[in-house]
Amino acid sequence: MDMGSISPELLLASLMVAATPILLAALGELVVERAGVLNLGVEGMMITGAICGFAVAVNSGSPAFGFVAAAGGGAVLALLFAALTQVALANQVASGLALTLFGLGLSSLLGQGYVGIKPPPVARLDIPLLGDIPFLGRVLFSHDLMVYFGLALVGLIWWMLKYSRAGLILRAVGENHDAAHALGYKVVRIRVAAILFGGACAGLGGAYISLIRVPQWTEGMTAGAGWIALALVVFASWKAGRVLLGAWLFGGVTVLQLNLQAAGFAIPVEYLSMSPYLITILVLVIMAGDKSRAPASLGRIFHASQ
Amino acid sequence: MKLTHLLTSAALALGLATGAVAQDTTKVGFIYVGPIGDGGWTYEHDKGRLAIEEHFGDQVETVYQESVPEGADAERAITQMALQGADLIFTTSFGFMEPTVAVAEKFPNVKFEHATGYKTLPNLSTYSARFYEGRAVQGHIAGKMTKSNIVGYIASFPIPEVIRGINAAYLHAKKVNPEIEFKIIWAYTWFDPAKEADAATALIEQGADVILQHTDSTAPQAAAEKAGDVITFGQASDMAEYKPLPRVSSIIDNWAPYYIARTQAVMDGTWESQQVWQGIDKGMVKIGEITDAVPADVRDEALALKQAMAEGEYHPFTGPINRQDGSAWLAEGEVADDGTLLGMDFYVEGISGQIPN
Repeated sequence: MDMGSISPELLLASLMVAATPILLAALGELVVERAGVLNLGVEGMMITGAICGFAVAVNSGSPAFGFVAAAGGGAVLALLFAALTQVALANQVASGLALTLFGLGLSSLLGQGYVGIKPPPVARLDIPLLGDIPFLGRVLFSHDLMVYFGLALVGLIWWMLKYSRAGLILRAVGENHDAAHALGYKVVRIRVAAILFGGACAGLGGAYISLIRVPQWTEGMTAGAGWIALALVVFASWKAGRVLLGAWLFGGVTVLQLNLQAAGFAIPVEYLSMSPYLITILVLVIMAGDKSRAPASLGRIFHASQ
Repeated sequence: MKLTHLLTSAALALGLATGAVAQDTTKVGFIYVGPIGDGGWTYEHDKGRLAIEEHFGDQVETVYQESVPEGADAERAITQMALQGADLIFTTSFGFMEPTVAVAEKFPNVKFEHATGYKTLPNLSTYSARFYEGRAVQGHIAGKMTKSNIVGYIASFPIPEVIRGINAAYLHAKKVNPEIEFKIIWAYTWFDPAKEADAATALIEQGADVILQHTDSTAPQAAAEKAGDVITFGQASDMAEYKPLPRVSSIIDNWAPYYIARTQAVMDGTWESQQVWQGIDKGMVKIGEITDAVPADVRDEALALKQAMAEGEYHPFTGPINRQDGSAWLAEGEVADDGTLLGMDFYVEGISGQIPN
């Protein structure tokens, strides 16, 4: 029962790290869903990214190559989903679930030889002056590059969806694919691009777990992070800023509950363990009380003949 | 109709085939709770399995199934192994106790061995190691080496074995360092690297400079290495890849001699149901190399402690010891009996916090 032993500075710093994997995956899924496609395979793409990134980082000795490979691995798996849903016009929910199961199996197979190996370390950025600011320096300016990449991606996606022509077209495809098609936009092509982007982001999120947060490879190590990312997108009303908030909340409460346990708080452990899920959903549902809604064509199959 | 007929005869033929093989060799099965590459608990059990293969050569055939969840699914996995013609099946996690009992009742001719449990049948033995002896050594080193006087402990499930480990480590840390404080996180998993890493990080951020773990992966070692200035101990396996720092020593579970002896007993037809609980003396618990990061005098003391336990001169739970609520448990010089230890559900005096239900 010693609140004093929990350092807010370190807590906030860990929050940024804990939030990054789900943030990356959720941002990718956000773009996919804004294009009108529901891909439930996030978990599968994350774990595939985790092993691809890990294997390449170990073999090349470079975490940077690892992350590139992770994005590639996630995108390749997403390509399978794109082929099924955009070309073969298969049901998106079923295809997405299949993708998760496939990804989990594939990753265990690929990871056979990588259990118990240490990956090359990823350096924390030491930003000279900024990193020396008391409190803020440790919280904001002492992380690895991927944390900042995630934050930059939030801003970029927000700006793209809201202000750019590309974002407008993407949203048009997601809201009403028939109208977008009538205007001459290549609906299928745009959706495939969005799906690939989503796969790459999920792969990066997975590699963040296997290369930085843990860091090692074990089967099934994403442990449901992909499903949390999926839920975040919905509860965040398909808005990039709220995805960031949700990811921070989830990461924050996850870290906080471990800290509360360590500090000997008299709350039963079972309640602490469920708190990240409860609090994140509660806050985002309350925030979603405004007029925002899902993209109108979400999950619907498009064929140019209709 | 024809298809069913075909399938039945195929199944019959298969059954006959496996039956024929089973007569020549002894088939030994293993049910693991984690992947064999976890680098800890399951890894050591699998080393025991490989030792059987090496020792008996063509006389045995071993099979295993890894990452079997504790619960209903375990019963299916064990049943399947028994149906495949295994003569002896080791189930290697506490949570497999009820499923093992259920399957053992259905297959009276198959011998079962359940690790760390307490229920036996005429064809079901239990075996475990006195890990708490190793915990005593860890506690001693932890108490001597900590600068912050805070020891972080990643616990798995609130079962007697885990509680015993916490108590043994605490008592021996307290003995050499009265200022010591234990911070305990219940992870509610045997194996979840991301969660174990987060738990280790949270403990380190709260000032712990020693991390003890009762979970099976090497993730806490990696987290400690990343944080720097933190020492850890290998759990269940040597975890030597983290030497000399953060891992300064380890508890190694050495199952091979027991597994070979029991397989031999099945071959000879001398297998009998028993309850085995061996410690440092019989070599089932080993203390991994104490690295140079530990000062020489502390290492010598730790080795002396180990020696005293091996020779039976010293028991880690020797009174006076009080329970957490201050009531007396063991009087001066009194030694805990195995029954109390096997059912331990309380902290000793000085540990703060409560054991979850």
